[in-house]
Amino acid sequence: MKLTVNGIQRDITRAQAEKRLIDYLREDLDLTGAKIGCEVGACGTCTVLVNDRPVKSCLKRVNEVADASILTIEGLAAQDGTLHPLQQAFIDAGAVQCGFCTPGMILVAHALLLSNPAPTRAEIRRAIHGNLCRCTGYQQIIDAVEMAASFYGKK
Amino acid sequence: MPDVKEKGWRNDAYAKVTGKAKYSDDLKFVNMLHAVPVYSDYVHAKLVQVHTAEAEASPGVVKVLTSRDVPGSNHFGQIIRDFRIFADDKIRYHGDVVAMVVAETRAQALQAAARVRIEAEPLPALLDAEEALRPDAILVHENHGSNIINTHHVRRGDIEKGFAVSELILERVYETQFIEHAYMEPEVSVCLPRPDGVMEVRGSMQHPFSTRRFVATCLGVPLAAVEVVGMPLGGGFGGKDDTAAIVCARTALAARLLNRPVKMAYSREWSIRESYKRHPYRVYYKMGLTRTGEIRAVQCKIIADGGAYCSVTPWVTWRSTVQCCGPYAVEHVHCDTWGVYTNNVVTGAMRGFGSPQMNFVIESIIEEAAAELGLPAIELRRRNMVRQGSVTITGQKLDNHTVSMEQVLDTVFQEIGYEKKLGCCSHGQGDGEELYGIGLAMSYRGVSLGAEGVDFCAAIINVQADGSVILDVGVHENGQGSETAMSLILAQELGIDLDVIHYKRSSTSTIPDSGTTVASRGTIMGGGAVALAARELKLKIAKLFAAELDCAPEEVRFVANQLIGKDEKKSLPFAEAIRRMFQMQQFPYALGVYRAPQVTWDEEIGQGNAYFTWVYGCQAVELTVNKTTGKVKLLNAVACHDVGKAINNTMLVGQFFGGMAMGTGYALHEDLNVVDGKISHGNLNRYHLPRALDLPEMKAVVVENYDAVSPTGAKSIGEPTNEIMAPAIANAIFHATGVRHYKLPIKITAQDSTKGGR
Ligand code: FES
Ligand code: FES
Repeated sequence: MKLTVNGIQRDITRAQAEKRLIDYLREDLDLTGAKIGCEVGACGTCTVLVNDRPVKSCLKRVNEVADASILTIEGLAAQDGTLHPLQQAFIDAGAVQCGFCTPGMILVAHALLLSNPAPTRAEIRRAIHGNLCRCTGYQQIIDAVEMAASFYGKK
Repeated sequence: MPDVKEKGWRNDAYAKVTGKAKYSDDLKFVNMLHAVPVYSDYVHAKLVQVHTAEAEASPGVVKVLTSRDVPGSNHFGQIIRDFRIFADDKIRYHGDVVAMVVAETRAQALQAAARVRIEAEPLPALLDAEEALRPDAILVHENHGSNIINTHHVRRGDIEKGFAVSELILERVYETQFIEHAYMEPEVSVCLPRPDGVMEVRGSMQHPFSTRRFVATCLGVPLAAVEVVGMPLGGGFGGKDDTAAIVCARTALAARLLNRPVKMAYSREWSIRESYKRHPYRVYYKMGLTRTGEIRAVQCKIIADGGAYCSVTPWVTWRSTVQCCGPYAVEHVHCDTWGVYTNNVVTGAMRGFGSPQMNFVIESIIEEAAAELGLPAIELRRRNMVRQGSVTITGQKLDNHTVSMEQVLDTVFQEIGYEKKLGCCSHGQGDGEELYGIGLAMSYRGVSLGAEGVDFCAAIINVQADGSVILDVGVHENGQGSETAMSLILAQELGIDLDVIHYKRSSTSTIPDSGTTVASRGTIMGGGAVALAARELKLKIAKLFAAELDCAPEEVRFVANQLIGKDEKKSLPFAEAIRRMFQMQQFPYALGVYRAPQVTWDEEIGQGNAYFTWVYGCQAVELTVNKTTGKVKLLNAVACHDVGKAINNTMLVGQFFGGMAMGTGYALHEDLNVVDGKISHGNLNRYHLPRALDLPEMKAVVVENYDAVSPTGAKSIGEPTNEIMAPAIANAIFHATGVRHYKLPIKITAQDSTKGGR
């Protein structure tokens, strides 16, 4: 089986296929942006996008996402390191404190904005509800998503 | 300088939004082993033997460690040396670690851990803090002689006289729960035995110096033989001190004995099971007032469940004692506080540190008293609150800083439109499904450690020959943005661009032991040290170039990357001055030390100048309570705090919001639900942390009364924002339902919400 991760196609061995997606990403590809916070699907620090939809990678085996396209936080900025406007908005809005929830938060927000480029604050709350943040009270995360929305609208 | 007042620049933001930031569990080293802890299922038991042979024979296992393998001391602690690196004589709580399995892979270690057999004789468990005080109570630590970890007192005035002149006396009992810090990153440690004989410790902990003491004591080596290196930390909130340090000590032990890098990454379940929590309190509170609303007397008895080990219980409960009357000046006070051992989970430092519990009590009872007297609660607060020159209940005269209690209260009052909205509250009556209420609470808080401990901090500024700057400070980045705040203070002081400043992630081997980054002391202590170092450096530079600038050294100003003389036209680029200093055999280097002003304390009577300065805060919330389900929905929240001076607005308000969110969880949702000494909400799917839909839109109002005690004028913010949310919510719920709650978290039954109010 194959998997596309951040635009690169990967061949999956039988052993890899049995792994949790989070472990495959962190251990085999050294993509450590996705974090392990609970392993029961409650915190969202392990969130990645599978075909543009947020998935808690602690809950999925690699073989459950066969042939899909995966986006991790490492794949969001441009090749030359220029930040994606959503990442920049997270910085500008002060949405980053300890940063442990940040990769997951950015990715769920990215998925939201891809499908709904003009969300209300209530819609943003609903979209990030599955991701915990202990530092920010979510207020500035929601600000950041709002700030970045105009960019998606333009596309 | 980037416009950080507007934008959220932080030195670590790029790494964090791109996933490049390497947290402890992201580290990998060649030949690295993996360790996992082994627990027993006992809450209290005599430990007879730990059988490790079968586990040791498991595939991939290199070694199984127990207390017998500790070369140094198996016992350590910051106040009482009662923590065990591994359980030895007894198992004292469900989170006690009996052994540790070290294997080639984590999976192998986990497999083997199940094969460690623990032989123990169960003992009856002590699970209630008040019972712990009985003379015939089960002893958690036999050698200690009793279950009393500590006592504190306040004796002021004449309590009997105080009640004699009171016309209204209220007596209430309050209870609070065990809660979890729930930093998103569980504990991790990675230890590297270095060829130079030094044990390098990295890990998810917030007190590198304390960690170093734990590690050195466990290994039986001098402090200098351990280097604790800070890593990006996924949150701490006070929770990554003792128990996180012990995780590091065990990992270091394995690395030392096996001479290979070792990683121990905690699962969330282990983290919740083992790490210390916020102390549950039982508080007996009696308040006497005159008919006109002067608080005459307060008598209180505070019992804090310290759990199985002391941790910092004496310090936590000291703050509760000092602040046992909230921001009110009371003439006659009699307070007795106990921290006690039980076989419950350990409790220790957590954001707020003994004040959230007491503020819930005080800010609840004050409203009840007002209602009894037929006075507006705000009026009662105004009559009794501390003002400029007031004397606190410990005899401290508040005259060295601006006492802004009334200012912050007024600000919140106006901002949320309190008066008008109070008139709209349901008080248990109403036609619709939702009952409406508004509530507020306020507090003052002693800044930093106060009489808890020695309080000083170091900063090193080391300017390189090209004008770039290395900054090293003794406070720790827990995620709050302290590195950024320190960099901003330096840029401001030296008048240089932020991008030439490189913050050196501190290591215990390069900066003097500056204590812990708790007690909201990061900005005031660390920032103070940076400012003093910068001032010393400026003088050093100015002395060399003043003549050239035609003025005295004291007249040289540092702005816009220039040294500027008294005559504006005389100037010299900063980088040029630095380059020339090296030619003159002068290092542009300075060590700054900020020593907290002296505090005084008489433990017998609980009197003295407890803290060198204070912060003032007020918060209000609006909410609805559903009549049928009892579900609380927050509609709005406003907070105002006097921070002295804002260093970085964006991050400052982030502290407001984060604290308010955490306080909301404390009020309404969070409870570890400890039953028979075992935590039943042991992972984040059962433990209810506030999520985005649980919280309202929040507003932060910053008040800045420059504090001359602080070299930067800034005080603190991390904890104040967290400590008054619960009473504000409790008061709003009362105004909605007419029912008063004395227990956290607040559980509203359908019956409550239709009972109706006064
Ligand atoms: S680690 Fe996957 S949801 Fe928490
Ligand atoms: S920034 Fe720390 S958990 Fe969200």
